Amino acid sequence: MSRRFREGTNPMKLSLRSRFFACAFLVLGMLACDVRLASALPTGKVIAIPAFARKYGLPCSACHTAWPELNNFGQVFRDNGYQLMNDRDSPIWQNPSYFPIAFRITPNWHRETADHQVIDSIPGGGGGSVPIDGKVIQSGFDLSGMDLWSAGTIYKNISFVLLPSSDPTAVWHFESAFIRFDNLAGSRWLNLKFGRFELDNIISEKRFLFLTNNGGLYQIYHFNVPGSLNNFGYGDNQIGVEIAGHSINSYERYSIAVLSSNEGGVNFTTDVVPGAPPAGRSYDVNLAYTQGFNAPGFSESGIGVQRIQPFAYIGRRPTYNETTGGAALVGEGNKPFYRIGVQGIFTFKNLEIDPLFMHGYDNAYLGTATPSNSGALPAGSQGPTFNGGFLEAHYYFNPQNVVMARYEQINVGKQALPSAVTGLPGNYGNVKAYSVAYRWYPIMFSRAGLAVHAEYSITKSIGIVPESGDGTGGPPLLPTDGVWSSSTFLGFDFAF
Amino acid sequence: MTLKKFAVTFALGSIALLAAGSVEAQDVHINAAPVGSPSVESGESHIGDITGHAENGKKLYRRFCVGCHGVDGNGQGENAQWINPQPRDFTDAIFKCRSTPTGTLPTDQDLYDAVTRGFVTTNMPQWRPLTPYQRADLVAFIKTWSPRWAKEKAGTPITIPPETPVTIDSILRGRAEFQKLECWKCHGPQGHGDGPSAATLTDSKDQPIRPYNFSTGTRFMCGETNRDLYRIFMTGLDGSPMPSFADVVKPDEGWDLVHFLRTMQPLKTEEKRLWIDYAKAHQNDIKPIGPDAAAGAQ
Repeated sequence: MSRRFREGTNPMKLSLRSRFFACAFLVLGMLACDVRLASALPTGKVIAIPAFARKYGLPCSACHTAWPELNNFGQVFRDNGYQLMNDRDSPIWQNPSYFPIAFRITPNWHRETADHQVIDSIPGGGGGSVPIDGKVIQSGFDLSGMDLWSAGTIYKNISFVLLPSSDPTAVWHFESAFIRFDNLAGSRWLNLKFGRFELDNIISEKRFLFLTNNGGLYQIYHFNVPGSLNNFGYGDNQIGVEIAGHSINSYERYSIAVLSSNEGGVNFTTDVVPGAPPAGRSYDVNLAYTQGFNAPGFSESGIGVQRIQPFAYIGRRPTYNETTGGAALVGEGNKPFYRIGVQGIFTFKNLEIDPLFMHGYDNAYLGTATPSNSGALPAGSQGPTFNGGFLEAHYYFNPQNVVMARYEQINVGKQALPSAVTGLPGNYGNVKAYSVAYRWYPIMFSRAGLAVHAEYSITKSIGIVPESGDGTGGPPLLPTDGVWSSSTFLGFDFAF
Repeated sequence: MTLKKFAVTFALGSIALLAAGSVEAQDVHINAAPVGSPSVESGESHIGDITGHAENGKKLYRRFCVGCHGVDGNGQGENAQWINPQPRDFTDAIFKCRSTPTGTLPTDQDLYDAVTRGFVTTNMPQWRPLTPYQRADLVAFIKTWSPRWAKEKAGTPITIPPETPVTIDSILRGRAEFQKLECWKCHGPQGHGDGPSAATLTDSKDQPIRPYNFSTGTRFMCGETNRDLYRIFMTGLDGSPMPSFADVVKPDEGWDLVHFLRTMQPLKTEEKRLWIDYAKAHQNDIKPIGPDAAAGAQ
């Protein structure tokens, strides 16, 4: 048997002590790398979306705590429609050779593991082969996807984003594409965005500091209770229209978005790539309000403003399709779901703490994957719920050195069907994840940028395929198995 | 993954990082302030109840300001070559926007307001998104760049009397002041910033500088209220050709000038409304502003 596919073993379960030492080594390794840099306060240059930095001549660190995460100044800039509001925002004031475009990609080496995977006992699956429990390991040099970022102003108070994005094989889609009419009626409280865009969440998965397959997403932003028809991901860009506004320093912000119930899909389907199932005809609503404040008695200037944001997403998804000849045409039988929660960004000197809590609910028809036109629900069925979130911490030695860590947990509150019916454990679908990372920006200026990125992330999911999708892509042999999936990553993240 | 593999992986990663670190990074060390300047350790600013600390401000300066104002605070950051007007040279301690008489140092509040407000039509943005503490820290650090801050005290803010009523008479008197003080030579007869001297103007760094164009601007570099406008020509904009008129303009005349200047702006103000009504009724009586007009022209 291949050493890579060891039967029935789970090295990550060796002991808590082993894992502790592994993580400690990682952190020490990062700090060792950083000591010379941090103690000497090397300076240099950080990148932002260089298209903006080039336009305004500001260093990337003006808008980013650490690229690409926004600080409050960057948030205000974004809320203003990528404008500084200095009466020089219209492109007519730019050098004609300026073009608002930036590229980003990350060549990297990474190692991925996933245990409790169903594999053939005989490679090739020939006669006598039986499914066994094993571990899948892969490693090597790789590329990330590529972002081709174009954003800015078409005219004063008319801004835009066009973001074609590819996977590592250069299959492209439109990650974002919208136009925004800013400061309508002369008020910063009235801005209209139209197109495909990110939901208004201050802890953005699109601008965060983790890159690995396991750590490069917030589990809670993509979680649905196993078995549900719901495909919603709070971290996914959606398509629709948004009314938003903000105070002059963005301490107070609001967003009301009306979105197609299709997970940001295009062409009346549920995805941005060809071949996706048809979407329904209903609409979702996202609500968010942000309140920033200076903590009372907080006389240290630190790195930013304290911010807190409650949010709610109310949507519907179809439970069956109108068909022709059996082929799906339009999603129908919409049933509701919601996600509510609160997130925050809190800073103390050079330390940033980002907590998020979310509660999710799906209608029982969605949860049990029961077409609503089929009659009664299965006996004992109920609307599944989950609770979860994460706690993320960043420490900025200086604008060019940041170390991060994150803990995530999601617990399924109610399974759609009771364990007595399904035979599944009560914690089926639960997730835990741990990530640590370090980014070093050896250069920092307003033209281009580079970050050296090291990260380790590990996820445990009970009975289901990890959100990262690593391994075989299927569930474990036993629904009680906790699948550990890990990512180790070293890459060079650059944009220009 | 075994612990051994894990260790090897990160040892290699660490080596790679260290190797990368050995590459000459493009440093932006904030250099020491000139001899005789207030020290970074002891520098403070006082904005109301807030005390800013230069030591904290140094970190913020590096994050937000260094690209334009430079590692030496002399306005020669790496972006300065692309910026017009040029970033402020803090080593001179000459500031345009002050509440204090010309030639004196500004107050901490003046610098704080400038950082907060930014400068319209320049690359200096509003820094309102920073916390008040952060802005106060930056002010404290800015003051470490010049020895003047150790030798001189900030000037005493000028007194701004209550605004006089906005009337057509006040506007007409202000118009006469505009002619008499030869404001039009730089700002142009219509306030378009195209007076006969406009093309020749330079600042204290011998950089070309354009007069303010009232016909397109709704805000001023040093504020947007009538009091801000009054303060601008009573204190002057040090480092620019805009002088202080405190010695030649009486307070009431200052408000008259404010009221007239407001008629030149693309704003729906009481001054504008009064002027338009007057101009319609007295179209043939209004003498043009400029070299051919008699002093005191209406």
